[in-house]
Amino acid sequence: MTEMTQQNSREVYHDGVVKRLVQFSILWAVLAMTVGVWLSAELIWPGLDLGQYWLSFGRLRPLHTNGIIFGFGVSALMATAFYSVQRTSNVPLFAPRLAWITCYGWQVVVLFGGLSLLAGWTSTKEYAELEWPFDIAITILWVCFAIVFFGTIANRRIKPIYVSNWFYGGLIIVIAMLHIVNNLALPVSMNKSYSLYAGAQDAIVQWWYGHNAVGFLLTGGFLGMVYYFLPKQANQPIWSYRLSVISFWAFTYTYIWAGPHHLHYNSIPEWVQSLGMVMSLILLAPSWATMINGIMTVSKAWRKLTVDPAMKFIVLALAFYGLATFEGPMMAIRSVNIVSHFTDWTIGHVHSGALGWNAMITYGTFYFMVPRMMGKPLYSVKLANIHFWLALAGTMLYILAMWGAGVSQGLLWLSIDEIGELNYSFTDIMASMVPYYGLRLVAGLIFLSGTVLMAYNLLRTMYGLHTVTVSPPEVIDEIKGTKHNPDAVMGVEVPA
Amino acid sequence: MKYHGVTLHRKLENNIGLLIFGILFVSAIGGLVQVLPSVFQDSLRLATENSHLYTAVELTGRDVYIKEGCHVCHSQQVRPLLAEVERYGPYSRADEFVYDRPFMWGSKRTGPDLHRVGGKYSDAWHRVHLINPRDVVNNSIMPAYPWLAEWEAADLGDIQRKMRVLQTLGHPYTEEDIAAAPEQLEGLTQLDALVVYLQVLGTGLAEDSQ
Repeated sequence: MTEMTQQNSREVYHDGVVKRLVQFSILWAVLAMTVGVWLSAELIWPGLDLGQYWLSFGRLRPLHTNGIIFGFGVSALMATAFYSVQRTSNVPLFAPRLAWITCYGWQVVVLFGGLSLLAGWTSTKEYAELEWPFDIAITILWVCFAIVFFGTIANRRIKPIYVSNWFYGGLIIVIAMLHIVNNLALPVSMNKSYSLYAGAQDAIVQWWYGHNAVGFLLTGGFLGMVYYFLPKQANQPIWSYRLSVISFWAFTYTYIWAGPHHLHYNSIPEWVQSLGMVMSLILLAPSWATMINGIMTVSKAWRKLTVDPAMKFIVLALAFYGLATFEGPMMAIRSVNIVSHFTDWTIGHVHSGALGWNAMITYGTFYFMVPRMMGKPLYSVKLANIHFWLALAGTMLYILAMWGAGVSQGLLWLSIDEIGELNYSFTDIMASMVPYYGLRLVAGLIFLSGTVLMAYNLLRTMYGLHTVTVSPPEVIDEIKGTKHNPDAVMGVEVPA
Repeated sequence: MKYHGVTLHRKLENNIGLLIFGILFVSAIGGLVQVLPSVFQDSLRLATENSHLYTAVELTGRDVYIKEGCHVCHSQQVRPLLAEVERYGPYSRADEFVYDRPFMWGSKRTGPDLHRVGGKYSDAWHRVHLINPRDVVNNSIMPAYPWLAEWEAADLGDIQRKMRVLQTLGHPYTEEDIAAAPEQLEGLTQLDALVVYLQVLGTGLAEDSQ
């Protein structure tokens, strides 16, 4: 073997695609959060749609939610999944070209899907608004994602599949099932289809999807991030292996049942509602088991919290995860739901998850990955620390504003006098929301400004650089019984 | 290994095929037990005297409602609660929605519920309100929809194809209904169609169901 061929065929992790996905994720975060801030302003000054149909609230709001979930969220999940699956399997990505196709294909879907929402193409189902051509494209790209991810695991050199990969695997499999079943429809034209299900059945299927998109994408997928990046950054093993096993399977089994709590007192069978409520309450156990596992893991490395921005974000994310997974089951109790349903409390709950948990854990992983991939320190730790406080302040203010708005809406709508007459008109209650909506706008601006700081900080760190070359470390291959050397030529393996 | 469960799990986490199957199996149970039965439950599926089949114009109005995202801020689901029945009217029944594809129950009431809005206001009120809500409701935060008065109802896709697709899905449109549809939309704006839809909302409930 000449030195030349050794150089060319040396195994290295494919981090270029990870870096690109991180960049897209940051781009969508800034754009979709800006849309969110704009929407919150429209709720105070309705004239802000400027008489343009495509800026109208009803079209812009799905752009915000889809941009965050599928642009920011899924790009970040793909980035972290590709980064961690290589390192936990001790092998480079399987089918790296397909990984690049998945990366760019996904961005094209997010871009054109977003534009189609502004054009009024919508199936109306929450978090599944995109019309059927996009649904098919998403299915194909999701299969590509699955091939790269599971292919890498199949090629692994370490026998046990690490826990973070169970969660990413759960994300890929369950979302595929939900996406296909919920989006079944008969097309009329390119931009219009009618759902295969009608009325109450459509509602039940949709919230089976909707709740579990939250469950397996926004919760399970991001728990994959926790299980890889938290122990890595804390430099500690996961506190309890057994707890992670139990919480994973309990989570995967229980979450699926909880969807009907979105339909309490709606026209669906009562047993479905009750079952949904009970399972939502049970869900608290596996959710908090994971949180406890994470907090205990970090408990031996508290010192890091004072100096390390990535660590701060990851730990704070766990705290908000605990808050949101406690609040969710409480809101799923039917008597609480009477007050909370249809109000801004729901919006507050979603954002304690989306801002406090999803965004923070993602920011933490980005602050972790980018310097390592670039082989140089973060451009500014100070900016990252400022970002941390802006993110925390923005999230807290947002949640408080929406609790105030939601609880007062819920109670005022239900308020009746001694003879059963309504105490307040809908319009008066709506008009009394202005202070809360104003606070929410400020909260959104604070959070967005933090995100912009991070974008600047990370782009400065990445600017003009390629990812550094990292090879899988030397290990004994537990599967094939061979020894791998970072410098080993592929196919010529050193016997153990 | 000391614990039986842990030994079983070693098998799962050492074999990617088994792990994929395990996740699929465990996550499918909830849907099979809880969601699938409702898809076959007749009381959620079959039409009764409370069910209203949308005419061509109403269907077009409903598609305008969908396109503009009205469901983002308005629910169509009156819960069986005293205050809610007082505010909006009789609570919603499952059989009123058997021709709703997709369902429009919504998840947020930034504006009021609309399931029983039909007949509450005049056509003229709706027109003024949709073109500029603040002309009739002083402190409304609803967006204005002036463009709907300029866009033609017939431009919102092929109405006959829509009705045929729905026919395939079991909506009992006759050949005469479908043949007459384009003519019914002639000269109507999307605003006209939307008002017709709003006025029929929730009015199908039979007397003895109330």
